Amino acid sequence: MFDDRSPIYRQIADRIKADVLSGALKGDEQVMSTNQYAAYYRINPATAAKAFQQLVDEKVLYKKRGIGMFVSTEARDMLRAQGRETFFGEVVDPMVAEALAIGIPLADVIRRIEQHENGGV
Amino acid sequence: MRVDVRGLSVRYGSVVAVDDMSFSLSGNKIYGLLGRNGSGKTSLMSALAGYRKPLGAVTLDGAPVFENADAMRQVCLVRHTADAADKGDKVSYVLEYGAAWRETWDNSYALSLIDLFRIPLKSKVSALSLGQRSALGVVIGLASRSPLTMLDESHLGMDTPTRYAFYDTLLNDFMAHPRTIIISTHLIEELSSLLEEVVIIDSGRLVLQEEADVLRSRGTEVTGNAGDVDEFTAGLTVLSEKSLGRTKAAMVYGALDDSRLIRARQLGLELGPIALQDLFVHLTEPVGGKL
Repeated sequence: MFDDRSPIYRQIADRIKADVLSGALKGDEQVMSTNQYAAYYRINPATAAKAFQQLVDEKVLYKKRGIGMFVSTEARDMLRAQGRETFFGEVVDPMVAEALAIGIPLADVIRRIEQHENGGV
Repeated sequence: MRVDVRGLSVRYGSVVAVDDMSFSLSGNKIYGLLGRNGSGKTSLMSALAGYRKPLGAVTLDGAPVFENADAMRQVCLVRHTADAADKGDKVSYVLEYGAAWRETWDNSYALSLIDLFRIPLKSKVSALSLGQRSALGVVIGLASRSPLTMLDESHLGMDTPTRYAFYDTLLNDFMAHPRTIIISTHLIEELSSLLEEVVIIDSGRLVLQEEADVLRSRGTEVTGNAGDVDEFTAGLTVLSEKSLGRTKAAMVYGALDDSRLIRARQLGLELGPIALQDLFVHLTEPVGGKL
């Protein structure tokens, strides 16, 4: 279930962030408990708790004492802003490098992107 | 339950199975006890269970365990394939015996596990398959709900689907009833995500004790041009290296600081994590490992 490329708790945190970004988890919505996550992913509850703590530290989640963890109202906007900061470096630049490595002219890449813009793909 | 081991040695004649070992388990976690065959895992667990008089000290919640009936009643040690049970006994009798010994025993839970693992209650232990005997051992270990529960390769005889059922059951029961659980296994990768802390021993000595996540984060595989990899790994603890043409991959042990990470990017090196099982292999290699 985990790709072993990064610590399990970081992968869980990334999945929760992806759910917040996609709107599957909404602001002020309660997330599953540590134990539910642990049972679902078959991981130690301390590992799941670490993922939640990371998300609390990053202000994606907030804690309600005795009730559980909730999605911050500003979480989605914040994650979108962070994603925009890293998008060109982490997504576009490697794509350009890959295109050049296999011999696709950047003009072709740009044309493809324009087709997306025009709803032609 | 807290476990403290101070200067523990276990000897069989001239053979030293456990050699002056000291460590503490703060308790109520799932611990993995990892070691190669003959590294002293079973001898260590026997001493923790109070089965043998220790050279050195073994205390549970501060009380010496050896010849201490109150402490021993709070311990459950299950070995591979439930060998403690008389093979002529019926399964139902083995459960009664388990219950008679322990105040924490949950009989309805035991019966639900017997059902889950499809162990025939009325069969004699000798008539059970290897997988069923393994499962019976696990049932005793889990249903005992002992404050210190040790499973010594208990699930090794199970087939893969049964092992996965065991992992789920173990995890759910641990979350509902937190206690100190020590598991030894050779199937490290299957179990590794369940472990909170890892104790690695080799040749009767403690190699390391660490949180599983922290241990995983200490191992890095560095891949790239051989010369660049050599430059990068100079001064680091290199656990293993392999080459393919001009490409080289090195497993390094130890946290990498920011300047190293920046250097890796400059050199175009690929950094990836190392699975717990691979770390274990390289930390316990013949001739005492590489630490």
